[in-house]
Amino acid sequence: MKIAVVGAGPAGVRAVEVLVAAGHRPIWIDEAPDGGGRIYQRPPAALRRNARELYGFESTKAAALHGCLDRLKPLVDWRPETLVWHIHPGRKTLYMLNGGMQATAAYDAVLLCTGAMDRVIPLQGWTQPGVTTLGAAQIAVKAQGCAIGHRVALVGTGPLLWLVAHQYAKAGAQVAVVIDTTSLASLAAAAPGLLRDSITFAKGLYYMGSVKARGIPTVHGAIPLAIEHDETAVTGVRFRDARGREQRVACDAVGMGWGLKPESQLADLAGIPFDFDPLQHNWLPERDATGRTPVASHYLAGDGASIGGAAVAELAGARAAWAILQDAGRAIDTAAVRRLDRALARQRKIRAALERAFPFPVRLAADLADDIILCRCEGLRAGELRAAAVSDLNRTKALTRTGMGRCQGRICGVAASEVLAAAVNQETATLGRLRGQPPVKPMPVTSLPAREHAA
Amino acid sequence: MKLLRLRDTDRPRLALTLDGKPIEALDGDTLLTALLAADAVFLRRSEFGDGPRAGFCLMGACQDCWVEVEGTGRVRACVTLAVDGMKVRRG
Repeated sequence: MKIAVVGAGPAGVRAVEVLVAAGHRPIWIDEAPDGGGRIYQRPPAALRRNARELYGFESTKAAALHGCLDRLKPLVDWRPETLVWHIHPGRKTLYMLNGGMQATAAYDAVLLCTGAMDRVIPLQGWTQPGVTTLGAAQIAVKAQGCAIGHRVALVGTGPLLWLVAHQYAKAGAQVAVVIDTTSLASLAAAAPGLLRDSITFAKGLYYMGSVKARGIPTVHGAIPLAIEHDETAVTGVRFRDARGREQRVACDAVGMGWGLKPESQLADLAGIPFDFDPLQHNWLPERDATGRTPVASHYLAGDGASIGGAAVAELAGARAAWAILQDAGRAIDTAAVRRLDRALARQRKIRAALERAFPFPVRLAADLADDIILCRCEGLRAGELRAAAVSDLNRTKALTRTGMGRCQGRICGVAASEVLAAAVNQETATLGRLRGQPPVKPMPVTSLPAREHAA
Repeated sequence: MKLLRLRDTDRPRLALTLDGKPIEALDGDTLLTALLAADAVFLRRSEFGDGPRAGFCLMGACQDCWVEVEGTGRVRACVTLAVDGMKVRRG
């Protein structure tokens, strides 16, 4: 039986661990050179620091995951630095690009663990050099030992906002201000749900407390207004605080993000239907608690299926691997599966509380000023989308080129949906979502034909 | 945009060029880090005249850090490691 696993983050690693223990040798593909996913991304060898310093509270988990990954590599068909740019569910074939060479791989079952990226709301000035996602700000410090600037403002909401602020301060970077668009009242209302997992809750409080204890200015329930800049650099961030007062903080870089969204393009191309999840405020591919999808032989796990974080991804990856084995008629460890199911059910409740604590600020996206660049690939402004708005996101894409650029709507898609929903006065979920297209990322037309067909 | 190096600065030096001008990088830098921790300020200009760009996601998704490497072609600066002698042009 040929099993393919796409992605070597927490979900992929734990899935492959189960498959290898059951005697399989899957093909395992990851776009990064050394796996680990985003949360446990490893720096290049030349600046590899100890795990404790890099991953903080999560260093034990990171070390365990990396150890597992390294142990598994020789036991599988390991394909690092390889982009899966298309999947054909009928032919059960993956189309891959590695080092400028094309390759294909046939599979009997595939598990997609494609991870997530920042969910972004455009702001005035957000395309300027010096403005990045929160995830980017974190990658800079974790994988490159750099801050995105000398004096960094962090804007958005969610656990990542406070984690990045904590990591920056701890690494010796100057954090000018943390601007959380979520009010303290919203956080307080969600606290009882978060207490279900006292560790998650304690870590969250610790990061927030650590930031405040260092004397870093923090603002809750604020509305960001603009990122100011001159010709070469960011100069400041303007916002309206919870009392309605306009404020300005000087900075030379801004990291921004409002939670995460799944990188679900391959699930889309595999023909898996999507539903709009109102709590996460994301379009999610359909899958059950085991990782099975309505498309037979195609499984999902991790943040690429639904945002749950690294701990959930590890559980979901292992669970989906057992589903693959069971569907293939192999014996499964029912006690292990029951443990995973219980842990996943518990995590779902914690996650729901987290989503309620840091809700996606729909109005901030819907109310984007007409002159703000909405789609950074195509240089398209919010007013241009409003002028051409029709009650279908893909039709509006065809008319305006929103989301048609090189990132395929990864960055602008969420905000475009909200601007459109407000413009046509409909619910976001009724407008559809930007469809995936192969190749899921740009690739050179000069890439060489397949040098091999995996047997 | 100027990246601030916080640690691990005792790595071997690499010599690159950006649009013909010398850039000093460190072993293990991505091209994005190498250029923006030096004095490149930006990596490309928007095709639509709305100004300079210097990447955004740093994880190979947003495609806003494209540069040209002589002999290789167009790459994403954020996921391409700097190599000694690389000749880079803004994208």
